[in-house]
Amino acid sequence: MELSNLSHSLNLLLPELTLSIALLVLVLFDLIFHHDKKIISYVALIGLLATGFFVINQFSLSGFAFSTGNESYRNFGMITIDSFGSFFKLIVIVASVIIVFFSLSSDEIKKTSERIGEYYALIFGMILGMLFMISATDLILIYLSVELLSLSSYVLAGFTKLRERNSEASLKYMIYGSVSSGLMLFGISLVYGMTGTTNLYMINSLIQIPHLNLFTFSFAMILIFAGIGYKISSAPFHFWTPDVYEGAPITITAFLSVASKAAGFALLIRFVKITFVSYIDTSGFWQLIHVFDWKTLIVVISIFTMTLGNFSALWQDNLKRMLAYSSIAHAGYIMLGLAVLSNQGLTAMLIYFAVYLLMNLGAFLVVMLIANKINSEEIDDYDGLGYSSPFLAASLAIFLISLTGLPPTAGFIGKLYLFVALVDANMIGLAVVALLNTVVSLYYYVRVLKHMYLTKPETAIPEIKTSKPNTILVLVLLIPIFIFGIYFTPLVDLAKGCITILGL
Amino acid sequence: MTSIPMEYYLVLSGFMFSVGIVGVLIRRNAIVVFMSIELMLNSANLTLVTFSSYLGNVTGQVFVFFVMTVAAAEAAVGLAIIIAIFRNKLTVDIDKINIFKW
Repeated sequence: MELSNLSHSLNLLLPELTLSIALLVLVLFDLIFHHDKKIISYVALIGLLATGFFVINQFSLSGFAFSTGNESYRNFGMITIDSFGSFFKLIVIVASVIIVFFSLSSDEIKKTSERIGEYYALIFGMILGMLFMISATDLILIYLSVELLSLSSYVLAGFTKLRERNSEASLKYMIYGSVSSGLMLFGISLVYGMTGTTNLYMINSLIQIPHLNLFTFSFAMILIFAGIGYKISSAPFHFWTPDVYEGAPITITAFLSVASKAAGFALLIRFVKITFVSYIDTSGFWQLIHVFDWKTLIVVISIFTMTLGNFSALWQDNLKRMLAYSSIAHAGYIMLGLAVLSNQGLTAMLIYFAVYLLMNLGAFLVVMLIANKINSEEIDDYDGLGYSSPFLAASLAIFLISLTGLPPTAGFIGKLYLFVALVDANMIGLAVVALLNTVVSLYYYVRVLKHMYLTKPETAIPEIKTSKPNTILVLVLLIPIFIFGIYFTPLVDLAKGCITILGL
Repeated sequence: MTSIPMEYYLVLSGFMFSVGIVGVLIRRNAIVVFMSIELMLNSANLTLVTFSSYLGNVTGQVFVFFVMTVAAAEAAVGLAIIIAIFRNKLTVDIDKINIFKW
């Protein structure tokens, strides 16, 4: 590899490099400032903002880093930088910044403040894994980045060690995660054996001429989907989600539900699009190579995922667990956008993710602020909250209404674009199923509102005061939900500009 | 090397993979479950090396090095988590680690 190629590649990797340096600085500062660890949170914040700056700088950039192969394939790299990747990277970075603010006010994390350096270092490890997952176009890098993300999050899920349930969440996450990454690795090894390469672009050009054993190839694809499906918690691989979300510290739960899922979806979309699309027709539909029927697989899995998520959420009494099932259901909705296999569906998914980031993090933030005071996440303990602490209750109500997808909140816009994409692709039956699912989800979201506003508490609960920074943080998540609910053109324009996936 | 047909290696790795999956599903001791997971990873390694050798392509062997590193890291994290849970519950039996139920 010539020197110019190397410097070109490193230039494209600036966000990842910044993040790695920040990780090292965090570990170093943890050793230097072991008396007063307050500074570490700010170092983490600065590192994230610097990374975010380079991500935004990259929006106009595109290219391949670390080209592999011989002269004729010189253009295809291990890492692809394009606007689609930058969009998802921005989502991950924004979520991470908000999680740092979460952690500053979380009681669970404050109790382990002497280990806060490790905490941020592990979070940075997760973010690094996500950034690589989003732009990976080589099966080796895909496997490594998934593992980097997973290993850091296994530790973080049991980080506080205060209660039995932390380590149980951690163990369950670890076992499910290792099994699905083992399945994925076996699938990758089969693909390598059939094509002789691990580069997605080269696999794409090799499978255009169907000379492979289609049965083995489909088997390998299902195994690889097991690994990705576990990251996005889609239906047959979702069993860890409720347990881990309930057992992990709430900051980590919120982070897993947004950032980790975003990275998993980015990986899935990029994998399907680069490897299996032969061309995009004039109306923006992706034409698949006839080796594996992704469309049917994704349609079936997404129906299964959202139905199961919504119906299981109905009888949950723990709010964190209910939000876990709701996040499974949302994964199902988002997969609908991929099932369409068109540019319009991709735009809808990007819009949905931007909105989902705000409303899901907001819901978890309010649950955390309430749990800090009443030390419980049971829905029954929320009785009468609407009168004792009106601000928090009202914000939670709005976040939940947005998760349901009712106007005038941003959640409505996300769902609207998804359903329109489905209808435009003549998949009306699927749109009806999704709509019915939304109706089901209304029940369990509104049940929380009923407890907050209509049920009389058995014992009077004190007012929950929120400090100024926390109020501001809630408002920062709350106000855009209304703005994007009414004035959504900028969001839609941003998403439309970010659907370029290099390669086609 | 070439005297042994490729299929033999693939059948062996498929068998190892199946043993790994069955082990994860039926064994109740967390440490044995982790051993089964290692078996799954190693079967994938064997497949990669086999294909690499028969295709005359070095990528698969490079991949195996990465997988071995990841497997080591996974074992370290996994054993640490098992120790954490043993301190709390004094058992590593998966059936007894059951606070969460749906």
